[in-house]
Amino acid sequence: MSELAHPPDAETDYERVQRSPEFQALRRRFRSFVFPMTALFLAWYLLYVLLAAYAPEFMGTRISGNITIGLVIGLGQFVSTFVITMVYARWANTHQDPIADELRQQIEGRDL
Amino acid sequence: MSRNGGTLQAAAEATEVGNPAVNIGIFAAFVAVTLVIVFRASKNNRTAADYYAGGRSFTGPQNGTAIAGDYLSAASFLGIAGAIAVNGYDGFMYSIGFLVAWLVALLLVAELLRNTGKFTMADVLSFRLKQRPVRMAAALATLAVVFFYLLAQMAGAGGLVALLLGISSAAGQSLVVAVVGALMILYVLVGGMKGTTWVQIIKAVLLIAGAAVMTVWVLAKFGFNLSDVMQGAVDRFGEGGEALIEPGKQYGASALTKLNFLSLALALVLGTAGLPHVLMRFYTVPTAKEARRSVVWAIWLIGIFYLFTLVLGYGAGALVGADTILAAPGGVNSAAPLLAFALGGEILLGIIAAVAFATILAVVAGLTITAAASFAHDIYASVLKHGEVNPDGEVRVARITVVVIGILAIVGGIFAQGQNIAFLVALAFAVAASANLPTILYSLFWKKFNTTGALWSMYGGLISCIVLIALSPVVSGKVGPDGASLSMIKDTSVDFSVFPLENPGIVSIPLAFLLGWIGTQLGRRDESPEKFAEMEVRSLTGAGSEKAVLHH
Repeated sequence: MSELAHPPDAETDYERVQRSPEFQALRRRFRSFVFPMTALFLAWYLLYVLLAAYAPEFMGTRISGNITIGLVIGLGQFVSTFVITMVYARWANTHQDPIADELRQQIEGRDL
Repeated sequence: MSRNGGTLQAAAEATEVGNPAVNIGIFAAFVAVTLVIVFRASKNNRTAADYYAGGRSFTGPQNGTAIAGDYLSAASFLGIAGAIAVNGYDGFMYSIGFLVAWLVALLLVAELLRNTGKFTMADVLSFRLKQRPVRMAAALATLAVVFFYLLAQMAGAGGLVALLLGISSAAGQSLVVAVVGALMILYVLVGGMKGTTWVQIIKAVLLIAGAAVMTVWVLAKFGFNLSDVMQGAVDRFGEGGEALIEPGKQYGASALTKLNFLSLALALVLGTAGLPHVLMRFYTVPTAKEARRSVVWAIWLIGIFYLFTLVLGYGAGALVGADTILAAPGGVNSAAPLLAFALGGEILLGIIAAVAFATILAVVAGLTITAAASFAHDIYASVLKHGEVNPDGEVRVARITVVVIGILAIVGGIFAQGQNIAFLVALAFAVAASANLPTILYSLFWKKFNTTGALWSMYGGLISCIVLIALSPVVSGKVGPDGASLSMIKDTSVDFSVFPLENPGIVSIPLAFLLGWIGTQLGRRDESPEKFAEMEVRSLTGAGSEKAVLHH
């Protein structure tokens, strides 16, 4: 591992990278994407569950034929899951991966 | 109802005696094909990374398909389709929890875990904490989840046999459980993770293709109008059929059943990202980017499959009828097979039956290799041997563990025949959500998190789940309207059900998060800035992560 190249009390490569502005920005961007997104989909799911349990009349309201509000909101959970999945994958591919790869090469390059 | 009902009655009887030869023949073909592939895949099983992680050389789409194969158990296919046919909308709510849960895995767990760990969940949890106690706790939680899940699958296999092969004697069912167990041991022993993955991929393709064909078939019968399919189910149900299209038929009875539903919903959505056999699949790809692609593929496949089950469930309600389904051997679980028979006769039933068996086989194989890796890698190599064991020795122990677990699963599956086993899967999700997920999240995202917090959270979550289940109506004291016991203990005079809910999640999950926090505040600080830096940088950049095995 890379630490072996250093005296024991010196800073490791990992600590140096961790302190670097590039990594701090990478980390900040990651957290400010995934945490709010997680809060969002969990809140949306919880809303659905609570409506299904405590407002069955509302959920049973027919929109057209046998298609009820409950069915539409339920299918909405599918749609939101697919959308969040694609948005996240695209975002991570274009915004995070190039920087992560660069930092990775910085650390692993020193092993050689 | 007379003529139509008569034909369907014949269908239900036909599946009881049915045409077992067709069912067995198609299943045997599946076994033969997969065995050839498993033997071919096993040629390169040299190192521990080969055996536990398939050489980390699967692509994202391959692994995503395998994840779908691992996740869509018999409970998903037969259980959800049946629940929708009989309970309507409430059955649909299960599938939503099972699907949304994947976002937790995608956003918070999959990539970071792939970058930090090696073979097991415990690799990540013990990364910057005290190795031995944390590994031990993580391995015990892993084994508990696998045990509950495995037992449910094996017992489910017995029930399926009754329905699909016309074997209703206890001895016959035990024999089939033993055959399933023996086949599974063979797959995992020979094929390791590579063989297991291929079995799961083939099974996922068959399952999703079979469900797709049936879905289009059902929709075609109703002019491709979902509302008409639902109307068919409502009409066929007779009086009270309207309840099928709104929530509350199963869970809306009382304040307690509603709370039960909330508890289950919480366990489902937070459990998936803590299931050890799901987590282990992320190590079979070369990079975190491929782990992300895996989850994207898995979410699409699983989501589309659940949309199919919605049509299949209402379709079974319309074309077979809830009363016929409940009267058939196998009860609720027989909805999908009976629908297959109603649509395409013996051949389609045979295909669906074979797919259902393949499903059980693939899921059981995935569970077994996870348990074996956890025992050999965490308990044997790290805890007992202090890490001083060569990888070959570790893999040998893993192979022995496979045989032991296989035998335990067979024996457990035989004893669990006829038991109410649905709660075992719910329990597995509750343990995963309370014992595993809090510690995974804390150790990935919280710098101050320490060994005490990890141990309190894991043991607290595990023990509270098991104790609450033992004290719940699923074990004792639940009596049906006809006076018969609905609990595990059939003697209705025995009742120690102090805890009223059937799923412990709503108590044990917050408790485990809280215990992790309290333990961290009270415990000795043992964080090492060096290790934390390594873990954090590794998790987000992939620097120093395990590489794919290259075979020349």
